[in-house]
Amino acid sequence: MEQFVQQLLNGLFLGSIYALIALGYTMVYGVLRFINFAHGDVFMLGAFSGLYLNKWLAPMLTKLPWPASIALVLVLSMMICAALGIVIEFLAYRPLRDKPKLNVLITAIGVSLFIEYTCQLIFGATQQPFPVLIPKSNVAGIGGLTVTNVQVIVLVTAFSLMLGLRFIVMGTRLGLAMRALSLNPTASSLMGVNNGVVISFTFGLGSALAAAGGILYASLYPSIEPFMGITPGLKAFVAAVLGGIGNIPGAALGGLIIGVVETLVAGYSQSLGIPSGYKEGVAFVILILILIFKPSGLLGKVEREKV
Amino acid sequence: MKTRLTRISLLAAALPLLWIPSCKDAGGGPAATEIVIGEVAALTGGTATFGQGSHAGTQMAVDEAGTVVKKLISREKAVAILGEVASSKSLEMAPICQKAGIPMISPASTNPKVTEVGDHIFRVCFIDPFQGTVMAKFALARGWKKVAIVTDVKQDYSVGLSDFFKKYYTANGGTIVSEQSYSSGDKDFKAQLTALKGSAPDAIFASGYYNEAGLMAVQAHELGITVPMLGGDGWDSPSLTQVAGKAMEGNFFSNHFAAEDASPIIQDFVKRFTAKHKSTPDAMAALGYDSMMILAAAMKKAGTTEGKAVRDAIASTKDYQGITGKITLDEKRNATKPAVILTIKDGKFVYVETIAP
Repeated sequence: MEQFVQQLLNGLFLGSIYALIALGYTMVYGVLRFINFAHGDVFMLGAFSGLYLNKWLAPMLTKLPWPASIALVLVLSMMICAALGIVIEFLAYRPLRDKPKLNVLITAIGVSLFIEYTCQLIFGATQQPFPVLIPKSNVAGIGGLTVTNVQVIVLVTAFSLMLGLRFIVMGTRLGLAMRALSLNPTASSLMGVNNGVVISFTFGLGSALAAAGGILYASLYPSIEPFMGITPGLKAFVAAVLGGIGNIPGAALGGLIIGVVETLVAGYSQSLGIPSGYKEGVAFVILILILIFKPSGLLGKVEREKV
Repeated sequence: MKTRLTRISLLAAALPLLWIPSCKDAGGGPAATEIVIGEVAALTGGTATFGQGSHAGTQMAVDEAGTVVKKLISREKAVAILGEVASSKSLEMAPICQKAGIPMISPASTNPKVTEVGDHIFRVCFIDPFQGTVMAKFALARGWKKVAIVTDVKQDYSVGLSDFFKKYYTANGGTIVSEQSYSSGDKDFKAQLTALKGSAPDAIFASGYYNEAGLMAVQAHELGITVPMLGGDGWDSPSLTQVAGKAMEGNFFSNHFAAEDASPIIQDFVKRFTAKHKSTPDAMAALGYDSMMILAAAMKKAGTTEGKAVRDAIASTKDYQGITGKITLDEKRNATKPAVILTIKDGKFVYVETIAP
């Protein structure tokens, strides 16, 4: 029982990061109806911004208490990646806005490869240790359960960011514009919404969340490299589809489910005779099952497309 | 010829193929004094530090051996292949080299299957059974009777090491209390570690590579697992301690070479390597160096670079005093040589003991 609860906790921490990344996929899809495959790479760029900011700002950061310094690194990385996200959209996707969706999708894969290999050139291919931003200590658990303060901080940060996002989308004028654009781009621009600005903002916001995800992920698993975004990116994509792509609470829910399921499979598959290394497959089996039985996802709305 | 070989190597492992001219003054195309040797080493990706280390060692041996092999007959094609580090990649390359009649020397692929491919495939390192057996012997000697094994199912290397560990360990009174697995590139091992924690092992044998071993140590620490972790030479990388920090302290792994070993041959090599590369050589650099030196010695002995003659010369290598110990190639083309056990202390690899073959 204790072991089961520990596994649930392990899954929850992992899932909260998948959820953060999934939000970026889902927002861009919600507004533009296309999957930004470069999203996982912005996640990687977030981790590397964290690494380098920590290096460059070290003289200043050491004077601050650690909560202030991690907040500073987190916010600055989010700003850098938001800017990068906007630039990517402006250079790669905007010129293709009136072209078929497939063109943009293929471009996104190209952008993803471009970022990965450029980073490999700049940062090198080897794994780099991520600095300890949060001095680690075990939070006293009940019985044999262990939870570290890093995990708690990751979880709290992830959930506050999700709530913040919900506020922006549901409670601000810009959020209203995003939702209007998502429903009907032509109508929203007729109502005075500047579609270009709203789309840039959406990319910026999604990329900022990916950056935060990158730093939190690197704090939990302190080894980063230019290809670190691929697997979490794919799983977050599955999470977004699971929750219903385009649906923000759905993405958060999907992320948590994927994290927990994956952990439980890895932890218990041995007693079922499946090697735990096959947990990767589970996320994709789930994807296939959703596509077969509930293509709109858990919280997604059924949409009829005019052909 | 060049393009054909390049294509072969790309097919083999989709890795960069490096053409190493053995003398720098050739100028222009391959001249009469140039021997083309193909080297395949992963300079990027999950095992990049191994490939880079091996490449640095090989390159240094090429520079030093250049004068020895300079006079030999040259052709415009690669006459031998050095590579690869990872067993999975070597297993893909070996059949191609065997078919083409080109001798291949792997510096560090320890999976037994590699040299079983054919009589042109050699290695200068010991094989998995030996490393798995060494760690099993070591665990039993320390009185650890219950061990949990964590295997990287994507790596032939890790699977081989775990198998042979299990064989020796269980045959000599030890019990495997839990067997877990993962795939290279995984970052989260909490699920597997939580599961094996319940079986209360005396030690954990993590037979995969350094990336995952480092992260695993961190997470084991977080889960309150305090028993030592054991590994093979796949752990040998500075990344191991950089990633894991304090969590790695007191763990053990077997290796081919220890830079701290006081023997004059090793110290001389360390000095020359450090002067050239501004870093301490790891086992991969030493093995890369040895593989090139054995090839050079064989070519010198054969007096030709013709595949068959070079193959025979390599096969007859006996008591070659390499950096990684006295190397003899047995009838199965595997190197027979001692292994060292290292531990991690204050973030450094410290020599513990040598275990003879």
